[in-house]
Amino acid sequence: MALNTQPNLHEPGKRHFRAFSPGDDFYEALIDTHRDLTDEQSAMVNARLILLLANHIGDISVLREAMQIAREGA
Amino acid sequence: MLSTFQYPKFEYVRPPEIAEGKEGYYPVVIVGAGPVGLSAAIDLAQQGQSVLLLDNDDTVSIGSRGVCYAKRTLEVLDRLGCADEMVQKGVSWNVGRTFFREEEVFNFNLCPEPDHHRPGMINLQQYYLEDDLIKRARQLPNLEIRFKNNVIGVTPADDRATLRVETPDGAYTVRADWLIVADGARSPIRTMLGLDIDGKIFMDRFLIADVVMKADFPTERWFWFDPPFHRNQSVLLHRQADNVFRIDFQLGWNVDPEVEKKPEKVIPRIKAMLGDDREFELEWVSVYTFQCRRMNSFNHGRVLFVGDAAHQVSPFGARGANSGIQDTDNLVWKLKLVMDGKAPATLLDTYSEERCYAADENIMNSTRSTDFITPKSTVSTTFRNAVLGLAEQFPFARALVNSGRLSVPSFLVGSRLNTADSDVFAGTMIPGAPMDDAPVAMADGTQWLLRAVGNRFQLLHYIPDASALDAPTAQALRSLVDAQIPVEAIVVAERGTAPAGLKTLIDAKGRVRERYDLREGTSYLLRPDQHVAARWRVLDVARVRAAVARATCNA
Ligand SMILES: Cc1cc2nc3c(=O)[nH]c(=O)nc-3n(C[C@H](O)[C@H](O)[C@H](O)COP(=O)(O)OP(=O)(O)OC[C@H]3O[C@@H](n4cnc5c(N)ncnc54)[C@H](O)[C@@H]3O)c2cc1C
Repeated sequence: MALNTQPNLHEPGKRHFRAFSPGDDFYEALIDTHRDLTDEQSAMVNARLILLLANHIGDISVLREAMQIAREGA
Repeated sequence: MLSTFQYPKFEYVRPPEIAEGKEGYYPVVIVGAGPVGLSAAIDLAQQGQSVLLLDNDDTVSIGSRGVCYAKRTLEVLDRLGCADEMVQKGVSWNVGRTFFREEEVFNFNLCPEPDHHRPGMINLQQYYLEDDLIKRARQLPNLEIRFKNNVIGVTPADDRATLRVETPDGAYTVRADWLIVADGARSPIRTMLGLDIDGKIFMDRFLIADVVMKADFPTERWFWFDPPFHRNQSVLLHRQADNVFRIDFQLGWNVDPEVEKKPEKVIPRIKAMLGDDREFELEWVSVYTFQCRRMNSFNHGRVLFVGDAAHQVSPFGARGANSGIQDTDNLVWKLKLVMDGKAPATLLDTYSEERCYAADENIMNSTRSTDFITPKSTVSTTFRNAVLGLAEQFPFARALVNSGRLSVPSFLVGSRLNTADSDVFAGTMIPGAPMDDAPVAMADGTQWLLRAVGNRFQLLHYIPDASALDAPTAQALRSLVDAQIPVEAIVVAERGTAPAGLKTLIDAKGRVRERYDLREGTSYLLRPDQHVAARWRVLDVARVRAAVARATCNA
């Protein structure tokens, strides 16, 4: 599988009536996760988050693609 | 400064209460002739209710303030009989450009879904909106507007509210069965009654300038994150009517608003932004801060709060006037039923419930935009910049860029006025949904679905050939008007004419059928504010009546 870069966020059991809602739901949750943390704590949270998500994705070729894009920037 | 708009000065007239030295009485008094109070007054007067509207000023909004009026608002204004002027005068834009630092990262075309009467939004100075509303209000003989009438006291009681009003000729007292409070964000009446409004203040200041461009400039929305001419802050450029452009500079908290407002401060900022010698002139400059907050309840016995008095949002996403006008859309039919003795006062609790839900959604969406535009922490800025950096190449990141979301109406899915589906339907027109528009053809010349519905309960009943409607069904549909709360039946069809006594609505492009997932026999019960109340695959008069009772708290 190739890395999916199309909008792909959704939430089981939740009906979204607007195209922007799932992305905004996610983004808010992401920023909330970091609320009141120091920069150092935030960096650690981000690291844990990446590890958890990487394991969930599983496919290392997808992860390599994502890591490359992330490193190169856009 | 230049002026493209001549502020009207409305005449103050000595009120009869002062001339005759007696207390006045009105069934409904509305305080505040801003966009929201005016909409409420027009709606009530159109429903045959006499209304007194009081305002302490004698002109329209000073400075353009509100700019973007959304599709749903225009549909409500259509029902109030004044959207045409606004759409003609206003600017419809489709292209938005997003810049990050030196570069444009992407642009989008709103490219609205086809076959809707009104565009996603228009840009129009708030004074034009109010001017058109006042013109409309003046066509209604049962609507009296009193300018330079300042409400200085309100005494609520179980069955009325008594107001003390100050005028250039002295003060007088007026009693009202119902009081609608539309006196704006600072709401003196909210304060007089000691009612709370909770939320948060955003520690940021914004400079807004209305600028008249002398040269051509595209009709597009430009949004800059961290541009070279205004480091670490955001800038927004929008076109309004008369070649007036709104420019919005984020300033941060630690600036002196009085200094920032000075032309010698503002002009260089704009020159740097335009980056060339394009000529422009300032029309209006202001510095604002904002809050996101709402009252716990919008109805307090005989006193009903609407608009900014009840709730405030950040200007990102343009929801202030839009949501206030939708408050009145929700309130007025309910109040009229209660005043006419056709529904219990508990129906007004559902006004508060439904509009608090909508206010929360508006506050949520504008807070999200604000948090994206002005990140509050290092990590939040990092994520924001990462999203912007990826947006040029990757569609998923573009979807996350939030420089303000279009104001859209709430789906009132949790409302106790809805009758839950017992049949299966596709699409989004579920009970509680604000109705989708569609092109139609009717004998009276109506060309849009949303022009055919509203102001009363109605039932849409679908059959491919209206002429083939059988006699018992026609009779059942006709019988719906014979009730305490009448329901007007409309036969939706591809062709043919419904039997005498029933309106036919031809689904000109098949969009009604598509958007509402219609099949032969499908029936939709619609609220007076163009929301779906209930729907069924087969018509059953008893169930329609039960759903009307439910939608009016008569169950
Ligand atoms: C910079 C900026 C940009 C904005 N952009 C948008 C936008 O794009 N789209 C949008 O929808 N909204 C926008 N808004 C918000 C919009 O301007 C307000 O939400 C809107 O004006 C609220 O309308 P209102 O009728 O509730 O209150 P107001 O417009 O504030 O009207 C209240 C009226 O009550 C009168 N009044 C007050 N006290 C008394 C009293 N004691 N007695 C008698 N009369 C009284 C006042 O004179 C006034 O006429 C913007 C606001 C700002 C500041």
